[in-house]
Amino acid sequence: MVKRGNKINDIKTITLPLAKDDVLSLHAGDMILINGLMVTGRDRVHTFLFNEKPEKKFIPFNLEGTILYHCGPVIKKTAGGFTLVAGGPTTSMRVEKYQHRIISSYGIRGIMGKGGMGQKTREALRENGCVYLNTIGGAAVYLADKVKQVVDVWKLDEFGMTEAMWLFDVQGFPALVTMDAHGRSLHEEIENRSLNEFLKQIGAY
Amino acid sequence: MPELLDKIVSLYRKTATVLPSDVEAALENACRKEGRGSPAGTILSTILENIALARKTRRPICQDTGLPVFFVKAPFGQSQREIREIIVRATRIATETVPLRPNAVDILTDKNSGDNTGTGFPVIYFEETSRGKIIIDLMLKGAGSENAGQIYKLPAEELKADRNLDGVRKCVLDAVFKAQGRGCPPYIIGVGVGAAKDQVTKLSREQLFRKIQDSNPSEILADLEQKITDDINQLGIGPIGIGGKSTALGVKIGINHRHPASYFVDVSVSCWATRRARLIW
Repeated sequence: MVKRGNKINDIKTITLPLAKDDVLSLHAGDMILINGLMVTGRDRVHTFLFNEKPEKKFIPFNLEGTILYHCGPVIKKTAGGFTLVAGGPTTSMRVEKYQHRIISSYGIRGIMGKGGMGQKTREALRENGCVYLNTIGGAAVYLADKVKQVVDVWKLDEFGMTEAMWLFDVQGFPALVTMDAHGRSLHEEIENRSLNEFLKQIGAY
Repeated sequence: MPELLDKIVSLYRKTATVLPSDVEAALENACRKEGRGSPAGTILSTILENIALARKTRRPICQDTGLPVFFVKAPFGQSQREIREIIVRATRIATETVPLRPNAVDILTDKNSGDNTGTGFPVIYFEETSRGKIIIDLMLKGAGSENAGQIYKLPAEELKADRNLDGVRKCVLDAVFKAQGRGCPPYIIGVGVGAAKDQVTKLSREQLFRKIQDSNPSEILADLEQKITDDINQLGIGPIGIGGKSTALGVKIGINHRHPASYFVDVSVSCWATRRARLIW
């Protein structure tokens, strides 16, 4: 549990792809470091996967057990391939409508972004064995340096740099588990506490 | 004016890569308050590390290099169209060279223009000044926090908000409560109060250009700004929304006269990465 002044206990390192048991061992409040291959996806990727429902064989990357990172990066094309300039998280709530079915259809084990997600995703996390990871909004350079390599990209021409699905090889990429596969959401807990304080402050109590 | 073109490209680079010192100081202060070793303190020290790293390596602080918003003050006789054209050209160059993320999307085709220019993009406001110099203020406004902005009409029964300054306070608290951690707190909040929707929206955005440590010339508003900041920090939303004492670094309020029948309150929310810089030419 994240409390004011609480110390962060152990930092767990996870290596992708994750199995269901790996996910079940993670709990809301755990600070983790991620190693391995993960993919990015924001608004366009989500509406595409949700509406077009492409079969797994049409997606060039293996999404089973990986993390889908809500991120629209700044990437420079260089002679040797692509260089990630900046790559922090985007607001996850925008894809709340689509996330649940993307988790169940493609076997994704982690959703990473900022700000948390809603009830539908929370249920999908529990039903499918998946976690929501909150990483540090705005810390785009710090996080970019945890990406060892931009391995590949899908839908670059069609969706553009920001909205394409990028494949990142990461090492020591930090995040906080804020919604676990056991049904707990730190976002909901913090929102409920802030609601009480808010109601008190506007004199609605 | 080729020189001005280069200066505006440099202004873009500075705004995207160097956080203003007053914002950085406020984040350092917040980090000390949260305490090292706490989750909120750890997040803030990582944010401070990111700020230093971006400055050192001249890379954008955040990958969302935002919506560019210009407030231009130019002396009488200076063509606004000329400045606008230079800004548009500088925007194209800066997108390539800083680099900035292309963020301008056509509503009809859903196509990204690729260079951060388009209809009404970037946003440019002009004002005439008596001084001989051109003053150009640029803000790169991140969309995560932009989306957290709200406009209110007082009275608002659901907020128990009357047509007075306490009603304004309740509007701001509501906007921050609704934003939770989605717009990258700790936030800087701009508030505009007045007669017309378009006017208060611009006014609230203008407040975000004020330095965090400045004091409102009106004592009443200065007190209100402090009171609302303290109230927000009781909400417990904390840095990036994971809980903590630092949800807002500051609140800045601007007022205009209102119509007897209207009392509009606009709340602009800005993320911890409030990127603004000034060019005097």
